[in-house]
Amino acid sequence: MPLSSRHLLGLQGVPKEDIFLILDTATTFREVLDRPIKKVPTLQGKTVVNLFYENSTRTRISFELAEKRLSADSVNFSLSTSSVSKGETLKDTIRNIEAMKVDMVVVRHSVPGSPLFLTKVCDSNIINAGDGAHEHPTQGLLDMYSIREKLGKLEGIKVCIVGDIAHSRVAMSNIFGLKAVGAEVSVCGPSTMIPRNIEELGVKVLYDIDEAIRENDVLNVLRIQLERKAREYFPSIREYSNYFGITEDRLEKIGKEDILILHPGPINRGVELSSGVADGLKQIILKQVTNGVAVRMAVLYLLGTMN
Amino acid sequence: MNIVLKNANLLHPGENIDKKNVDILLSDGVISKIGNLKKEDYTEAKEFDLTNIYVVPGLFDMHVHLREPGREDEETVVTGCDSAANGGFTGVACMPNTEPAIDSAEVILLIKKKAFGHLVDVHPIAAATVARKGEVISPMAELFETGAVAFSDDGVAIKSSAILRRALEYSRMFDTPIIEHCEDESLTGGSMNEGLNSTTLGLNPIPSVSEDLIVMRDILMAEYTGGKVHIAHISTKRSVEMVRQAKKKGIKVTAEVTPHHFTLTDDAVKTYDTNTKMSPPLRTKADVEEIIKGLKDGTIDCIASDHAPHSIEEKEAEFDYAPNGIIGLETEAGLALTELYHKKVLSLAQLIEKLAINPRKILNLPVPKFEAGETANFTLIDPDEIWTVNISKFKSKSVNSPFDKRLLTGKAVGVINNKQMFYKGEKIDVS
Repeated sequence: MPLSSRHLLGLQGVPKEDIFLILDTATTFREVLDRPIKKVPTLQGKTVVNLFYENSTRTRISFELAEKRLSADSVNFSLSTSSVSKGETLKDTIRNIEAMKVDMVVVRHSVPGSPLFLTKVCDSNIINAGDGAHEHPTQGLLDMYSIREKLGKLEGIKVCIVGDIAHSRVAMSNIFGLKAVGAEVSVCGPSTMIPRNIEELGVKVLYDIDEAIRENDVLNVLRIQLERKAREYFPSIREYSNYFGITEDRLEKIGKEDILILHPGPINRGVELSSGVADGLKQIILKQVTNGVAVRMAVLYLLGTMN
Repeated sequence: MNIVLKNANLLHPGENIDKKNVDILLSDGVISKIGNLKKEDYTEAKEFDLTNIYVVPGLFDMHVHLREPGREDEETVVTGCDSAANGGFTGVACMPNTEPAIDSAEVILLIKKKAFGHLVDVHPIAAATVARKGEVISPMAELFETGAVAFSDDGVAIKSSAILRRALEYSRMFDTPIIEHCEDESLTGGSMNEGLNSTTLGLNPIPSVSEDLIVMRDILMAEYTGGKVHIAHISTKRSVEMVRQAKKKGIKVTAEVTPHHFTLTDDAVKTYDTNTKMSPPLRTKADVEEIIKGLKDGTIDCIASDHAPHSIEEKEAEFDYAPNGIIGLETEAGLALTELYHKKVLSLAQLIEKLAINPRKILNLPVPKFEAGETANFTLIDPDEIWTVNISKFKSKSVNSPFDKRLLTGKAVGVINNKQMFYKGEKIDVS
């Protein structure tokens, strides 16, 4: 059974069957990653371009590795947004790249909707590797993969996304993906960082981090942007970490030291997670990274073998 | 040359004229006789059978961007006028956010010179402040004397309340309105209306309260100074409610709405089509419903397009990078007829008030008269013609419209003004 779309632009509207197909396929590839020779010939002869308009180390390396493990030829194309303002349009860039006979494009862009724009101006399969505050579907999928790996299922699992929900593509992809497979989703953060109308997505809103810890099976803790304009949304880092930071003390007090905590990385130690909690999470967070490669292999494989 | 318009429906709500099957004789573009004409009433005339077509006072759009001087690659005074005529308009008022801005007599004279001899009358709106910077009020007396019909910093609201106050007080001497683009700069800076859609699309939100706050400020300042404020492209529920209240109190405030703000909601942005990006942004169903109510009860005085040409290169970009605005002159009458007349929001007479009469009244311009001896200034409307919008047929130099391929019912099929005539896409020799 193939996927229902030839692009992966987001998890909004993606059917449950597609999500499980990707997660199940990822399980197979996850096993490949533990072999001494971590490579399969599945995408031999296919060319994938990693088109990154925004700095990213982790996601880009994860995709690149996934492509190499599948024996695809991959090319990295990193552009700073400043070079765009100097001249070449996104449309011209992608047409130029496509003229080099590529099959798939993995795109990271600061402007929401840019991956959808690409589907209209070129024929390659497009994979969204993060577009502004819109979606980051492979991150959502790898978070779901990690939850399922640890807890055995997704349906009925209570997940709370903690942090700056209003500016997070990771939050949006998690919400849509988790809702599709029947998980219960809540969000927790300062009220300035919770978008208006978010309840309309069937998401519960919490402002008390203790309540979030008490009521959930999983916390997906987002990185707080310390730089840029984010600072106008909360008074100080001190206040944020005091009221929304997850510390060993809090977990102990509530008696949930074993709650599953995910973090897309990189962690701001002492802000959203205390150093102690972060250290305790090392294993799961590193697992998340490995799972990320497997999930991206699954997405590349399923899309790359569709045409 | 004589022109005979036969079997027309004559409709002029300003003069309480509503007659079916009337003939009109024009001699060299001047109304010579209205009534049932016999063959002996004229010699050698071009006859047009206008059965089922309404002859109404020429439509007037009080909010267009002609881009000249400065961005002649997007539109010029002449192509903008061609676009207006093709859309059924015989007059437009053009906004001052050109480069340089319309803040000197020279720029007004340049625009008037470029428009000279065209079927469409062009009335410049001058900047309310020098270079639209919001710091010093523009030389309004000189601008008014040269032909400015209103003052505006359109694109943005007048920045400070103090300058707004002076602009309202000063313009009171000429009885001209200050036209305000109502957005609070500190709350605006996003790409679409704030709501569930902005959250799921990840686009930076513009809250409706951004408009509401400036509408409130402007109404209060109009009341305080006794000046006239005209709210451009009203888009929110609360703004409509406030204008309604203000009018009841006798405050001199008027308002216009664009066809896109009564036709579309922010659901249209889901495609990330940059032709759904405008300022103010497309709002919600509740806002559209209040706008419809405001059109019905007279809170909203007129319809204006905010015709904003942009080059293909600029619009064919990532959503955040694309400029705000769409062209509207050639879809305006069709959308108004489809969405307001056929959906029974407004009668045809009420629609003509909002498209032809009220905008002229707001700008203190004479309303065309249906009397012998007057130069004919008509728009010919077929309210039932079904047609499909085709941007490649537009006369505008730009094509940035979200309405391409849209099916509309009702069309302005011709215009007559300044002793010239366009009918069904053809220029007709009148004199």
